[in-house]
Amino acid sequence: MLDLDTWQEILDTVRKNKLRTLLTGFSVAWGILILVVLLGSGAGLTHGVEYGFRDDATNSIWMRSGQTSVPWKGLRPGRAVQFTNEDYDVVRSGVAGVEHLTSRFYIRGNLTVAYGSETSSFDVRCVHPDHLHLERTIITEGRFLNPPDLEEFRKVAVIGVRIKDQLFKNGPALGEYIKVNGVPFRVVGVFTDEGGEGEMERIYLPISTAQRTFGGANRVAMIMMTVGNASVAESQSIAREVRHRMAERHDFDPDDPRAITISNAVEAFQRFVNLMGGIRAFVWVIGVGTLLAGVVGVSNIMLIAVKERTKEIGIRKALGATPLSVMGLVMQEAILVTAIAGYFGLTGGVAVLELMSRNLTDSDFFRNPEVDLWVAVSATLLLILAGAVAGFFPARRAAAIRPVDALRDE
Amino acid sequence: MLRLRSIHKSYRMGENTLHVLKGIDLDIEAGELVSIMGASGSGKSTLLNVLGILDTYDSGEYVLDGQLIQNLSEARAAVLRSRLLGFVFQSFNLIPFKTAVENVALPLYYQGVARRERNRLAEEYLDRVGLLDRAGHLPRELSGGQQQRVAIARALIARPKVILADEPTGALDSQTSLELMEVLRQINASGVTMLIVTHERDIAALTDRTIRLRDGLIDGDRAPAPAASGGPHA
Ligand SMILES: Nc1ncnc2c1ncn2[C@@H]1O[C@H](COP(=O)(O)OP(=O)(O)OP(=O)(O)O)[C@@H](O)[C@H]1O
Ligand SMILES: [Mg+2]
Repeated sequence: MLDLDTWQEILDTVRKNKLRTLLTGFSVAWGILILVVLLGSGAGLTHGVEYGFRDDATNSIWMRSGQTSVPWKGLRPGRAVQFTNEDYDVVRSGVAGVEHLTSRFYIRGNLTVAYGSETSSFDVRCVHPDHLHLERTIITEGRFLNPPDLEEFRKVAVIGVRIKDQLFKNGPALGEYIKVNGVPFRVVGVFTDEGGEGEMERIYLPISTAQRTFGGANRVAMIMMTVGNASVAESQSIAREVRHRMAERHDFDPDDPRAITISNAVEAFQRFVNLMGGIRAFVWVIGVGTLLAGVVGVSNIMLIAVKERTKEIGIRKALGATPLSVMGLVMQEAILVTAIAGYFGLTGGVAVLELMSRNLTDSDFFRNPEVDLWVAVSATLLLILAGAVAGFFPARRAAAIRPVDALRDE
Repeated sequence: MLRLRSIHKSYRMGENTLHVLKGIDLDIEAGELVSIMGASGSGKSTLLNVLGILDTYDSGEYVLDGQLIQNLSEARAAVLRSRLLGFVFQSFNLIPFKTAVENVALPLYYQGVARRERNRLAEEYLDRVGLLDRAGHLPRELSGGQQQRVAIARALIARPKVILADEPTGALDSQTSLELMEVLRQINASGVTMLIVTHERDIAALTDRTIRLRDGLIDGDRAPAPAASGGPHA
């Protein structure tokens, strides 16, 4: 049925009915264009949010301290909660399911970092060795902080590549001493981070050394942990347990939302995954709906065409055309028109996406709108199906035409 | 070649039935040149449609070239039409967007003949009806007589055993009609059985046998008196 002659027949018909074919094709091209643009935009949305998640562990729980906001056991609201090293120890030894754990301590006041005559101001984080896993820090030279650094209160530092570039130019950094607020620390490692330039302008110091050297006593600003492969429910129960432990230790209502804030990335990531799934489904529904409207249009126009061609089909039948060959003629025309129009729509859609990604600045909500191979393949299959559906009803009508009725002279 | 035994056919329109063929008995031998005459509405076209397997009949028996034509599937009917029958219509019924040569070649397409061979044969048949020089013309660029000749070439190309013509000269002037009849007579002389429905005595006079229909029945069946414009076909 799909021989060259049939195609020739179809091409003849199409060529001789240009306007009709054009109109038919346009609705399909438009449908597929909308579908592609919507799918691409959906992908852009996903990429944007994924990008926001890229540099931090997605299985982490972060805990920051705040102020109590409700009275508790006769205590007035408004008390500040201050984490300490003991809180870290309690989580470490008392909460099951925690994989990596670190505290963070920030040095108070103005901070200067100097090497030789170069002085600059950078962000300094004083942390535990596990911090490596929480920020997805990538070591490029030397090593990250290790337990002996903390136990022996070593004055060592791990610096971002941008700091290395700024302070050491092209010279070696490992083994050199930088001065943090005048105190010399030996550089033992250099790192990079996918979280952008800001993340690469940081310095990590052992928290024990920093607390002792810069007058931090046992204070801690925040405590962060990862929970391995915990499910959303498991991560929530870990967070709840941590909260209860902290409530006991610091005397606040465990339900007080302000006393401490716990951000559960597992939960957030799951929400994001669900949201993206929802958006994708929505986009498919809209896109397929638009395409369907195009298909109904094609089907209608083909029905009219079949009616117009009643006489021609009658003639063909009188000359020996079987119902099947008539059906094939109409269906294949529908599929051909749909496929070609769809191809233009697809190309147009990709072009629109290309324009979008050139003219829109990337943000955390939108970046890299694109259609992947899978989408292109499904769209193509959808098109062929659409063409077949669009052609089926008119084709059946055509096959049912009786030559006597078609040829009666009136 | 054609054998009809008490063929009946009615048209149903809502509650009414119109009994059109009321028991037709007819035998036509291979190679005959037959005209069918009768008043308007007497059932000539209906009969021709039944003969052409374009329409079904209600009762009776129709045997075409040894095959009983009854309860055929559409597909089977299409095959028989394409193998045995050629049609010529009053309004030519050429496909308007196909050129003369493409129109002529179309029956061969449905027989699965290769394109090149199709076109070669189509040109040959166009040549036979004297229109080779118009091969590339669209129907609307041809006169009525030329269009009908293209239609005849198309009816002939699949080498049918029977040609059924429903008022082939109905839309032509008398001079053109006579020329066309000459073409049909030549074809008949080459052995093709031919049935021509006509209103015109002059046309019927050019056939070997005339069948008269009246009110759905055969009212007369005889060779016409020799006419001035041409003797009985030899
Ligand atoms: N499809 C149909 N449905 C209903 N009635 C029909 C149909 N075709 C023909 N008729 C009726 O059947 C009768 C015979 O019609 P038919 O076309 O066979 O006549 P005819 O002899 O060819 O006439 P004419 O010389 O005018 O062509 C007419 O009364 C016509 O109205
Ligand atoms: Mg008639």
